[in-house]
Amino acid sequence: MADMHERGSGGGRGRGGKAGDKGPRRSGGGGGMFRRRRVCKFKSEKIDYIDYKDVKLLMQFVPERGKIQPRRLSGTSAKWQRKLQLALKRARELALIPYVTD
Amino acid sequence: MSTQKQYELVYIVAPEATEEQLAALNSEVQQVVSRFQSTIDRTDAWGRRKLAYPIGKYKEGIYVLHVITGPGDLVKELDRRLKVTDNVIRHLIVRVDEALRIAERRKTVRKAETARRRVARGLPAEPTPEEQMRHVAAGDHGDDRNEEAEA
Repeated sequence: MADMHERGSGGGRGRGGKAGDKGPRRSGGGGGMFRRRRVCKFKSEKIDYIDYKDVKLLMQFVPERGKIQPRRLSGTSAKWQRKLQLALKRARELALIPYVTD
Repeated sequence: MSTQKQYELVYIVAPEATEEQLAALNSEVQQVVSRFQSTIDRTDAWGRRKLAYPIGKYKEGIYVLHVITGPGDLVKELDRRLKVTDNVIRHLIVRVDEALRIAERRKTVRKAETARRRVARGLPAEPTPEEQMRHVAAGDHGDDRNEEAEA
């Protein structure tokens, strides 16, 4: 579960996993290769309700910069990403998590 | 009759507020709630917490959570009052009953599904104590983890 998103923050714009599926996959290329498991945390861990008060859970989806982590990096399903987004925004309003950090 | 819905109210009080001021706020909320023939189901004072970003001149605040069952008009009134209360620096009222009901339903559906699958495999519907011990030893977190995950 820890290697769900190897790129925390910063770095260039992700190309999305689909780009460049020609050519052999560089095994163990390190760095550049996307070895992402598409796992939705909420489905696999059976979390039924995202509480906007649960800072520990929410902070897993907020990289250093304070932005909401996109689905393409976290692997969250669309359904849960919408719920997550709402919870994160509520938590922001209550100053539980930051809007921005620099 | 107005319909009763469940709401969560969180408000943040300025850190310099005294105990009396906190108590006064609490009773004010209670008064409004009882005026609408509603109930406070649960109160949870989180206490002093550092704010993730400064609000005005404050870097920390005192958080209070109420879970309230009442009509929508009550929310309107609470919202209005909290807005004009000076030492409340932030508040949020959120309806929770529907989301919680959905979550509850999801849980029961999954439980039933797990039980059904276990029975189909010739196991008792509930995990036996030994199985649970094995899960703990393996460092599994969910008590009702997916059956396929073990395979």
